[in-house]
Amino acid sequence: MTTKPQPKTAEPPPSDLIAIEINGRSMQARKGSMVIQVADAAGIYIPRFCYHHKLSIVANCRMCLVEIERAPKPMPACATPVAAGMKVFTHSEAARYSQKAVMEFLLINHPLDCPICDQGGECPLQDLALGYGKDVSRYAENKRVVADLDIGPLIATDMTRCIHCTRCVRFGQEIAGIMELGATGRGEHMEIGTFIERSVSSELSGNVIDLCPVGALTSKPFRFTARAWELISHDAVSPHDCVGSNLNVQVRGRRVMRVLPRENEAINECWLSDRDRYSYEAVNSDERLQVPMIRINDRWTEVDWSTALEFAASGLARVIDQHGADQLGALAAPGSTLEEFYLLQKLMRSLGSGNVDHRLRQVDFSDDDVAPVYPWLGQSIADLENLEAVLLVGSYLRKDQPILGHRVRKAQLQGAQVMAINPVDYDFTYKLAHAVITNPLEMVKSLARVAKALSARKPGILAQKPEWFSALEPNPAERAIAEVLAGKDRSGVLLGNYAASHPQAAVIRVLAELVAEAADATLGQLAEGNGVGGWLGGCVPHRGPAGTAALSGRTTQAMIDEPRRGFVVLGAEPELDCLDGAGARRAMEAAEFVVMLAVFKPSSATTRALEYADVLLPLAPFTETEGTFVNCEGRAQSFANATRPLGEARPGWKILRVLGNHLGQSGFDYVSIDDVRAELDRGQIAPSGRLKHRALAQRLSGERPALARITEVPLYAVDSCVRRAPGLQRTTDNPPPPVRMNARQIEALGLDDAQQVTVRAGEGEATLPLLVDPRVPDGCVWVPGGYPQTFALAPHGATSVIKAAGA
Amino acid sequence: MNVIKRYLQSFLLFELLQGLMVTGRHLFARKITVQYPEECTPLSPRFRGLHALRRYPNGEERCIACKLCEAICPALAITIESQERADGTRRTTLYDIDLFKCIYCGFCEESCPVDAIVETRFFEFHFENRGENIITKQQLLTVGDKFEKQIAADRAADARYR
Repeated sequence: MTTKPQPKTAEPPPSDLIAIEINGRSMQARKGSMVIQVADAAGIYIPRFCYHHKLSIVANCRMCLVEIERAPKPMPACATPVAAGMKVFTHSEAARYSQKAVMEFLLINHPLDCPICDQGGECPLQDLALGYGKDVSRYAENKRVVADLDIGPLIATDMTRCIHCTRCVRFGQEIAGIMELGATGRGEHMEIGTFIERSVSSELSGNVIDLCPVGALTSKPFRFTARAWELISHDAVSPHDCVGSNLNVQVRGRRVMRVLPRENEAINECWLSDRDRYSYEAVNSDERLQVPMIRINDRWTEVDWSTALEFAASGLARVIDQHGADQLGALAAPGSTLEEFYLLQKLMRSLGSGNVDHRLRQVDFSDDDVAPVYPWLGQSIADLENLEAVLLVGSYLRKDQPILGHRVRKAQLQGAQVMAINPVDYDFTYKLAHAVITNPLEMVKSLARVAKALSARKPGILAQKPEWFSALEPNPAERAIAEVLAGKDRSGVLLGNYAASHPQAAVIRVLAELVAEAADATLGQLAEGNGVGGWLGGCVPHRGPAGTAALSGRTTQAMIDEPRRGFVVLGAEPELDCLDGAGARRAMEAAEFVVMLAVFKPSSATTRALEYADVLLPLAPFTETEGTFVNCEGRAQSFANATRPLGEARPGWKILRVLGNHLGQSGFDYVSIDDVRAELDRGQIAPSGRLKHRALAQRLSGERPALARITEVPLYAVDSCVRRAPGLQRTTDNPPPPVRMNARQIEALGLDDAQQVTVRAGEGEATLPLLVDPRVPDGCVWVPGGYPQTFALAPHGATSVIKAAGA
Repeated sequence: MNVIKRYLQSFLLFELLQGLMVTGRHLFARKITVQYPEECTPLSPRFRGLHALRRYPNGEERCIACKLCEAICPALAITIESQERADGTRRTTLYDIDLFKCIYCGFCEESCPVDAIVETRFFEFHFENRGENIITKQQLLTVGDKFEKQIAADRAADARYR
């Protein structure tokens, strides 16, 4: 609801307090606060439509008119600052008279279509009309009608219902950072719209649905399917990014009908990214795997659980018998729960194999043994907005972690300088103070030059690796970045998703740490999904749970390069979830036995899993399983299932537990998930963001290819669930993957008149549309990963682009 | 004296004749027995019998899937599922009434903002197989089509009291 009272912040000093009286109750109020804020804090409800505690105050609905002693006219409570000795009456006869009069005006043009309105039952206007409206309208003239807008696949509009509170407009300006909706006209002719016909493309756009106090903006995928009173809300946590946004999963019967944000000031405030809001659509998709299946003689048969598990166990046992346990490997999707990660590694290690990893989009693992217990944000999420300088390295923060992007934007609005070293000049919702946009290899050098520029401050930092820095001369932008970082009290360096998947990610991490050390900045690393849980659960090849020593093994990349003979795949689609999709497919095809725990049936259009997998075990997605997600600030959030698993699907921890039994391993006799949690005591873990400096055997610079591929996974392609959410797939953030280059590069390659081009990288080849994109630096071609069209291309290194045959 | 009076009354069959007079009066009075099923008792326009879903004169179904009837039904007899129809209107894809659960209270009809769900005068229905007690949207619309004239007349007769 939009009417929650504002949470109390720290106690103000007494000098800041003044005494006022509301409805005869005397209370202390902070100077400068508005009457409505004081009333909310005291639990006195004043009706309102345009006021929202996270948005600026405009006082244009007038619903919150109250009577104030000695004021000649009723005053809007949301825009009237408290004054000493003020006496406010919110329910006096005069106040109610004004409120009722305002309600009559609001209802003049509001259609009487509550029965077909999705907001019906959870509508502030409907609720308040019951208390302040008249039974019969005195308005006999024609009502206003406004044409509906098509603003994309996520938000449905019924603009006739709009009461012009402008919350959506202010949200765009103040929170989302792009003003996509605005008001045109005055008085009765005022209309909310997009100026020119276009869709709303903000990654936070779904929040306007929650903000809209009437049914003008409603959810398109949810449209007309349920009523608020039929839904049962369950607490859940989002698996799609490392924020761990709190969700209300609303269920009718056994079907998830919609997902709303659950307010948590420390994490997502009252907002939710579109990805978290609409990914539930995939949970209801027809593509769900509902029955265990096994492949015998290349024919898939649906079987019962015990047959499937027996088949899986005997197949894995056969691989161990014939080739040894080291020939087993396990890959887990980063969105798995902490318990799943833990049990998967426990199973593999008890079988004698340390080949287990969840970092499917990472290629450089050379700093594993000096890495911290888990990569973390270096501060709490709420602290991000107190930063005064932020350096983003290889991060499209806005789209990859929209909630963190919002926090950084808040910092920027308070005067923080946000800077970036990125391979693409991404569209941020604020102006970057300084930016270095350069090709992937040069990014590393650029970061090194920032470190060098900072070395004047702390010469010691270069001593670790003098040979890296000797020939480097910082350019003005890098000097400026260094100056800002060092000059501010609270500064931070954030390593994003691209930095993690960079071919020299380990060097980037070391350099970022040197930069952070020299500038007294915090260093934050952003993992994918529940990546922190993967580290803590021990689903990494070099360490056990919570950083303890354990049987070590191969990383994702090593498992791809030296294919194992048996694989267990937990919730991942190897081609699309691994950065090196082609390699992952080769590894899977080379294996003799592959057990896949999958939420969705593999589609032959996107994966060859039906050819290389031997067992498919239906896995329950995040709404149907209980578990724990650990977000990037190290906050572990446990949740229960919102619904029962669909069909025969089962929670991952149960599948792994019984698989352990079938394989004859001891220690898998858990009765409930609490037993797993008890075994995995995570209470002792303090986040540590520091790498231990150590000579890394890597050179700072590699051979720079003439044309380098930039591979990043767009926000609506990150995991199997998101890839199957039809609403998200239709957004403008998710076009069919193009090849993007800047105009100079296209000209240099002689592709001026090409529409379709063929890209070759590694052994892969793909024919895709060509787009001119000035944001891409010279010498680079930006081809997104995570799509069936592009997974065959090698993620890094030399790439060639030619005109497509026949185009 | 009383003894003699009583004796005479008995002897002259006075009580018998008195009783037969009652019989005789009823023999010639107007009969109120209704020969059901050949004859019917008169029904009030407010009679609450089998449910029906009505249509507008142009053939469009009235129901807009607001789900108020489902919400108010005290016996939880109504099940509705809804979706956006191809033309963008809000429509039910499933409208089931379990006639075993229904207590014929008429709240569904009261709550309906478009007079779509109504209870007709028709009460002579039976089921022969398990499961037939749940009547579907199509059946309800068929009932509505069949009795529309009567339904409309009944609503019109009752309109001034509503």
